[in-house]
Amino acid sequence: MEKFLSFDDITKSLENRETDCKAIVNYYLQNIQTKAHLNAFVEVYKDSALAQAAKVDEKIASGKAGRLAGMVVGIKDVLVYKDHESNASSKILKGFKSQFTATAVQRLIDEDAIIIGRLNCDEFGMGSSNENSAHGKVLNAADETRVPGGSSGGSAVAVQANLCTVSLGTDTGGSVRQPAAFTGLVGIKPTYSRVSRWGLIAYASSFDTIGVLSRNVRDNALVMEIMAGTDNFDSTASKKPVPHYSELLHFGKRAKIAFITETIESEALQPEIKANTLAVLKKLKEEGHQVEEVHFPLLKYTLPTYYILTTAEASSNLSRFDGVKYGHRSPNAHNLESMYKLTRSEGFGDEVKRRIMLGTFVLSASYYDAYFTKAQKVRRLIKEYTEEVLNKFDYIIMPTTPSTAFKFGEHRNDPVAMYLEDLFTVQASVSGVPALSLPNGTDSKGLPIGIQIMANSFKEAELYAFGNYLMELNSN
Amino acid sequence: MLSAEVKNKYELVIGLEVHAQLLTQSKMYTSDSTEYGNLPNTHISVITLGHPGTLPKVNRKAVEFAIKMGLACDCEITRHNIFARKNYFYPDLPKGYQITQDKNPICVGGIVPITMPDGSKKTVALTRIHMEEDAGKSMHLAGEVDTLVDFNRAGVPLIEIVSEPDMRSSDEAYAYLVEIKKLVRYLDICDGNMEEGSLRCDANVSVMLKGSTEYGKKVEVKNMNSFRNVVRAIEHEFERQVEMAEANIEIISETRTFDAATGLTASMRTKEDLNDYRYFPEPDLSPVIVSEEWLESVKASMPALPRELHHKFINQYGLSEYDAGVLTDSKEIALYYEEVCLFTKNYKGAANWVMGPVKSYLNELTLHISDFPISAKSLAELIGIIDEGKISFSVASQKVYPEMLLSKTKRPIEIAQDLNLIQESDEGSLMPIIETVLSENAAKVVEYRSGKKGLMAMFMGQVMKKSQGKADPKVATKLLTEILEN
Repeated sequence: MEKFLSFDDITKSLENRETDCKAIVNYYLQNIQTKAHLNAFVEVYKDSALAQAAKVDEKIASGKAGRLAGMVVGIKDVLVYKDHESNASSKILKGFKSQFTATAVQRLIDEDAIIIGRLNCDEFGMGSSNENSAHGKVLNAADETRVPGGSSGGSAVAVQANLCTVSLGTDTGGSVRQPAAFTGLVGIKPTYSRVSRWGLIAYASSFDTIGVLSRNVRDNALVMEIMAGTDNFDSTASKKPVPHYSELLHFGKRAKIAFITETIESEALQPEIKANTLAVLKKLKEEGHQVEEVHFPLLKYTLPTYYILTTAEASSNLSRFDGVKYGHRSPNAHNLESMYKLTRSEGFGDEVKRRIMLGTFVLSASYYDAYFTKAQKVRRLIKEYTEEVLNKFDYIIMPTTPSTAFKFGEHRNDPVAMYLEDLFTVQASVSGVPALSLPNGTDSKGLPIGIQIMANSFKEAELYAFGNYLMELNSN
Repeated sequence: MLSAEVKNKYELVIGLEVHAQLLTQSKMYTSDSTEYGNLPNTHISVITLGHPGTLPKVNRKAVEFAIKMGLACDCEITRHNIFARKNYFYPDLPKGYQITQDKNPICVGGIVPITMPDGSKKTVALTRIHMEEDAGKSMHLAGEVDTLVDFNRAGVPLIEIVSEPDMRSSDEAYAYLVEIKKLVRYLDICDGNMEEGSLRCDANVSVMLKGSTEYGKKVEVKNMNSFRNVVRAIEHEFERQVEMAEANIEIISETRTFDAATGLTASMRTKEDLNDYRYFPEPDLSPVIVSEEWLESVKASMPALPRELHHKFINQYGLSEYDAGVLTDSKEIALYYEEVCLFTKNYKGAANWVMGPVKSYLNELTLHISDFPISAKSLAELIGIIDEGKISFSVASQKVYPEMLLSKTKRPIEIAQDLNLIQESDEGSLMPIIETVLSENAAKVVEYRSGKKGLMAMFMGQVMKKSQGKADPKVATKLLTEILEN
């Protein structure tokens, strides 16, 4: 029988002394073993998780437990954890152990969360299907012939298959929200700068965020409020105070909601997703909320803007993997140049190489203004437009993805078709605003559909409250 | 060799790029120590090594140091500072990029006034001063097949001071470097040591026909590790480029390296294979905003600058241009001199003491002024008792001063008294000595009175001898004259 489906469940069981942390960890370890073929976990920290569980049990007994006592968390393989290996699912970081812990992870540990292992993902977070991983593909538990989405595919399946209570993912252009949609979970991309990036192996620094995947809104909100906030190690992290999202979930107002015609009417949109999205909008209207259509003529520029800027940053961020200091160094190298070339050719996968080359190209002297400078300008336009809409409306609603989970290999020969998976998620990434993906029924094949809500920067509390309300509304 | 006539047809055009390593305790973007000379790879945190997941953090002290240099050079200070990445691969560059400033350097424009050996003055305009981080050091050890890298220096803060192509001779380049070194040392932001690499200089050199308004193709020369070598490299480049121009060979934009052993430059890379550094704004650092308050507090902490002191020494203390130059050469000497002037009004006398006995003592023992045993106040007292006629300059410099160097506690007047060196200026006590001298030399007195006035020196010598050097020469001369002339 499935147990521990929410942190609330766990807390109650602990309070009633029906279970203890050790038993909870063992339960998940058992599940991980049974579902090993899903390939969600890259490494399971069995011993350290059990040791941590014993410690937390003692703290519970002495009444000194933190707010996350009993929560078992999996972390994406791009978040570093002291004395543990981190590979970013890349061969180039094979064997690399970090000497420090990511701030986001440390804050969860400080509240007595138990880290049970690291989770498979697309290499350096680059991908939308988790097929670009040195650790192999991850299977969607809803249909094992299909992808779980990406790049946080392992993080999604780990929660979907109940291998941990919640998981941490990272979202640069949709990498938490899209897999959340493909696996029927709640996934958030917070406002850019809301969570410290210290310890997040960078893909595109001005887009990267750390998000949470969970089964319900409350767990998600709780983890986010503990991770978020200013950090001495990240000068770009916001200093704004963090509200207690999990205590602000009551939603009792009439909301002003916008939906973007260009997304609903997109040719790429699967009809069942369109129908489900429209049904939600109709329900909201019936509940007395103001729902209005807005136009976003820049939608077609969001993906190119995103890919120019993120690949530019990635080409630079990934320069440090050169075989000199850590990670893979080609044994076939015979001089400096061949060390660089062979190490990087052997260490990086195809998609990462594609993006490094793209990024190097758009930053090169002859093309810089035509691509990078222009994309920066368009980014500002998209951000201004998005904020303008969100000044008039409380929320923007749109589908999370154009389609439900696709088959393995479906986009193998067409990287652009793969990039289209991010069509609806990149707007929030380019603008920096927070966005939440919620489960919104299934298609005719029984595959989960996601719906996405965006709010203005630092309005996570409002986003969670509305998300919680929408989940309740949908379950009625 | 080119004839002077041929050389004379051409104008030499020089711009300098000077890197100054800042004297901060910690690195530009981490708290690692910047200490020099430690065992390799002992000041290397995960940030210095560019471990995955690390982020830089700006050292505000380094920003302040850069602002100080900008203020000293009358630059405009940029308020909204964005950093940039300069991308290239090299094993001593841990992140694969250097965090520097590209489009908006912390200091824009500005000037550096220089003085040539003949006393003529000139102003060199600055293009910019920007902040960046140093790279590590590749090491090729004897008996070691692999190249090793020491990352202790990686991330040490630097400022790069870029001049306009305003210099027209190697002497001007030398004078400019002297001035830059003096400035960074006055500001206490860099030790200015070129041999140890804390000051580094690249020279952009071109030639054009005199009277031309268009600069020739510029050649960048690197790898000069002393001021002298900068001069040699520039002079060699001038010869080389003039020879090429004379032979109608096209000069190409390239980077050349200077070989101190031969005094020649050799091509490193041409423009065609120049690195494309792909600069773009550093997304891992939030902009550094220089607020009005911050700028004011940096301004308030500025020490006196050499040119300010130079001006003051001439206008307020009445020193010559030359003396003011010698005294402001080093900040510490200038400050010591200023302090002496707090306790005496004899500014010229004080200058002579500092430039003479004080400097020669320091030079002889290769001491720093901070180790000089005589306080400014004591030196002023010594000058005071000379001016009062209690001792002569020669007694002061030969007898009292050496004692002062040995004894830190005794005041100069006490030393003079203990050594019984106070001049006899009391007529009553001098008179018996003079009378004795005259009576012992009665024949000479007759000779003097008959017109052999030159004998005065002999009488004075006798008086000084009998008084053991303590007779005040002025009073003794007056008494002798009075007696002999009557």
